[in-house]
Amino acid sequence: MSITGGPLDTGDLIGLAGRGGHRRSGRRIPPGEAVRSTLIALVSTIVVFGVIVAVVTNAPNWPAVQKAFFDGEIFARSWPKIVEAFGTNIALFLIAEVLILIFGLILAILRGLPGPVFFPIRLLATIYVDVFRAVPGLLFIYVFGFAIPGLGIAGIPVDPFPYAVLALTFVYSAYVSEVYRAGIESVHWSQEAAARSLGLSRFQTLRYVIVPQAVRRVIPPLLNDFIGLQKDTVLVSVLGVVEIFREAQILKSAAFNFTPFLDVALVFIIVTIPVARLTDWLVARDRGRHAGGIR
Amino acid sequence: MRSALKSSAVLLVAIVVAACSTAGSSPSASASASAASPSAAASSAAPSATASPTADACAKDTLTLTTAGKLTIGTDNPAYPPYFQIPDGTATAPWELGDPTNGQGFEGAFAYALADRLGFAKADVTWIVVPFDNSFAPGVKKFDIDINQVSFKPERAQAVDMSDGYYTLNQSIVALKANGLAAAKTVADLKAFKFGAQTGTTSYDTITNVIAPTSPGMAYTSNDDAIAGLKAKQIDGLVVDLPTAFFVTAAQVENSVIVGQFAPPAGADAEHFSVVLAKDSPLTDCVNTAIAALKSDGTLDSITKEWLADKASAPVIQP
Repeated sequence: MSITGGPLDTGDLIGLAGRGGHRRSGRRIPPGEAVRSTLIALVSTIVVFGVIVAVVTNAPNWPAVQKAFFDGEIFARSWPKIVEAFGTNIALFLIAEVLILIFGLILAILRGLPGPVFFPIRLLATIYVDVFRAVPGLLFIYVFGFAIPGLGIAGIPVDPFPYAVLALTFVYSAYVSEVYRAGIESVHWSQEAAARSLGLSRFQTLRYVIVPQAVRRVIPPLLNDFIGLQKDTVLVSVLGVVEIFREAQILKSAAFNFTPFLDVALVFIIVTIPVARLTDWLVARDRGRHAGGIR
Repeated sequence: MRSALKSSAVLLVAIVVAACSTAGSSPSASASASAASPSAAASSAAPSATASPTADACAKDTLTLTTAGKLTIGTDNPAYPPYFQIPDGTATAPWELGDPTNGQGFEGAFAYALADRLGFAKADVTWIVVPFDNSFAPGVKKFDIDINQVSFKPERAQAVDMSDGYYTLNQSIVALKANGLAAAKTVADLKAFKFGAQTGTTSYDTITNVIAPTSPGMAYTSNDDAIAGLKAKQIDGLVVDLPTAFFVTAAQVENSVIVGQFAPPAGADAEHFSVVLAKDSPLTDCVNTAIAALKSDGTLDSITKEWLADKASAPVIQP
């Protein structure tokens, strides 16, 4: 549905209801069938969610669970502190994101260098990507945050924040470089051949022909990784930084109540869903601009 | 997919709002309910003022227990000294650093004294690992009582039963001897330094509420991580309870010193450790009666003296 762009219309709903979300163009749906499908979908949805809600709220210990996880008073009281602590996550995310975009692209280009001379560089880049994707990011955050300042080298910062940025950058660059690489490889070889035949150097070809096309194609998976990064900023809490998740843990322990985590969930939903919509919109706009071209 | 997302988002929000709105109306009711319950009303200074339960209600055979005939006690693992100890170096699996089953260490000894008062022989006490969060998570508790250096707070007592206090504690600051913080004498001297403590502890609250330093405090996952932060000079001062401070300076961090302790006036407001029980547990009154008995016959006092260093041996930070 999303690739059609534009505002939501009943056609979308009807198509979704009647056909499990796959709408093929060309066939018109008779009005009667469409209304019937929509009604069935509506009733089915209400029944399914109704049963779930009924089962949960009639569970023997629901009142205790409700109080421990959905306490309105604690939710409201925690909200300002949770939102304030989220500032640290935003700072982490914004700085890391810029570094990741740059470092990931460099890695992808290094991995794609042709010729036997560059074999050691390709090998190193490959090992890097493998290792940083294999090891859980939390471990890098721990090691970077405690070990490097622990070395006691004069002049390096002791504050854990820069090390948290560094660890997130290193881990996510490995993922992002693979996304870039897929984009670069998806650009048809004739593009490079044409650019080189016009007299562009290898670097110019990358800069003006390959990378712009590659990046445009991988915007959705890139944004996907950045939503992951937004959420993984909470891992930095292990370094003692009082960011959103750590603040929630502090509030949780103060009242022996888990509701502050609901505040955290809501903050992330508020931030993440617009990013996802923005991605869809960007892609749709891009498709619109290039419609009628070689695609 | 767009419409599916929209409708599921609307449903999600609706469910959350519904869950919260009903919860929102309940706190007043539950608050008054817990105020009426003996656990929340009890204060640390005096033994529980509520009517002592009859001996029969606390007889071993009439108690509702997790495992019949056994007292199941929970605490976290590692079980830290000086609350739990391994004097001879041999610990029962899975316990680390301290072994609750040997009755050594302040809480180990207190637990067995308490069990004895409740009518349980040493062999009838079963220890299980209960991480801090699990001790207050809703649902059926795996333990009868949880003894894990949990400080009493009225808010916490709304989620679980918390017994009368068995130890009144002071918070304190540990720093490296070479750090400028080591010379601090008053709260005003502390402001410019950076502090850290374990997340969710009253030690962390001390940073925010008592010290209120100019740079925000660090909240570590565990005391061990906070010690790593101290060693890496990410913090100048580690805030821990005084018994832990003695252990940290003696065994965990070389060239460290107790800068001082905070000594608030004794009384009902003084911070104290409580035994954690399931909300409205029938055992709570029995535990309070037993703690009162341990206080009045001097047992608790001698256990405290045996396992915890004298508070007077650490300097007091002046307000």
